[in-house]
Amino acid sequence: MKAASFSYQRPSTVAEACEALSADPEARVLAGGQTLVPMLAMRLSRPSMLVDVTRLDALKTITATDDGIEIGAAVRQAQALVSDLIAREVPLLAAALPNVGHPPTRARGTIGGSIAHGDPSAEIALAATILDASIVFQVDDETEEFAPEEFFIGPTVTMAPMGGLLTGLVFPKRPDGAVGVGFREIASRRSDYAFASAGAQVRLNDDGSCAEALLGIGSVGDVPVAVDISDMIGTRITAADIKGAVDAALTDLECVDDLHATATYRHRAATRLAVQALTDARDQATGAAA
Amino acid sequence: MTTELTINGRNRQIDVEPRTTLLDALRDDLGLKGTKAGCEHGVCGACTVIVDGEAVRSCLMLAVQCDGLDITTIEGVSPADGEMDIIQDSFCETHGLQCGYCTSGMILAARALLARDKNPTDETIREAISGNICRCTGYTQIIEAIRLAAKRLRESNLVLAEAGE
Repeated sequence: MKAASFSYQRPSTVAEACEALSADPEARVLAGGQTLVPMLAMRLSRPSMLVDVTRLDALKTITATDDGIEIGAAVRQAQALVSDLIAREVPLLAAALPNVGHPPTRARGTIGGSIAHGDPSAEIALAATILDASIVFQVDDETEEFAPEEFFIGPTVTMAPMGGLLTGLVFPKRPDGAVGVGFREIASRRSDYAFASAGAQVRLNDDGSCAEALLGIGSVGDVPVAVDISDMIGTRITAADIKGAVDAALTDLECVDDLHATATYRHRAATRLAVQALTDARDQATGAAA
Repeated sequence: MTTELTINGRNRQIDVEPRTTLLDALRDDLGLKGTKAGCEHGVCGACTVIVDGEAVRSCLMLAVQCDGLDITTIEGVSPADGEMDIIQDSFCETHGLQCGYCTSGMILAARALLARDKNPTDETIREAISGNICRCTGYTQIIEAIRLAAKRLRESNLVLAEAGE
């Protein structure tokens, strides 16, 4: 359980980091290291060099812009969890974050690291997929943006450009009006890799009917997926409305069998969690409207 | 690579390969064997130390990443040679340990929690040690130990250093 040798660089600017990454195709980015370091220890990954971006101040800020809420790639999960700006403007991400790892891994693990790794059970990736956040890379002098649906292509396989540095995510601001969110998952132990996870966001019209509903499912297949739940729009979001819309939306949900859970179980759990997440979101939105 | 660390209040300089984890540097280069090597890939929590006020896994940090950071290990918590601090004492009194392998990690996870939350609920305590595996106690006495330590710390004059940010 000891990593193979590599060299280490701690650049002081984003430009320096990009230069180091594009000069050596075997170089990898080191952020919080909560996934990369175990992979090094198990020798699943043998980079020639690690480029440590954890001290790049430019990647450590959370800011509101006209486009949305920009979260730097090196923002630690623990820092995001206590951010008032994220709680107010990206409530679905705020609801997902307590499910990410444990306090000691959140203390080091970063928002960008979770996205770059592309684990299908990653909660941050699921929130980004549901909200259609923009994933921003710097490649040499160019900026490249990806939508989550095109970025995640398989378990830990992404469209990350060669020699690129993930600099951050841009989440859309929460819409005006009565908005509620819900995030549910099931795992064998608290904060372990989930067998199934569901996130939902609901916005209500003034009369209490559904104006907008978003739903996404993670952990069940190769990538987190956003699910079309537009059947809910215009309904009063009763338990029957939710059940009907979820059943219809998840009929074709692709689930995988593995050592930990069967595809049948994952499908059943995802359906149940989706109903719970939407119910939580409805209740929160109703509370916000009152 | 030469790396400077502040460990238990003392400045230490070490020369390590980049692949050396903080855990191995503590145990092998600095002789601080109180930090335990368990799974060495971030699952068990036995190697938990406090870095800049937060509990982290020392097997998931490279020593070179810790350059200039403030690290507390189990050796740094006792007030004097041969004495135990309030949290250690509470673990003894409530039988919060049997084999002891997870204990230094548990105590440091508890210390990071109690530095930011003087009066944690059992739920908060469970969350704080959720990343630490114990195969002996069944956890109940560990939770009891942290509850007791919280009460004693509230009644004492001690202030635990909190995370910087």
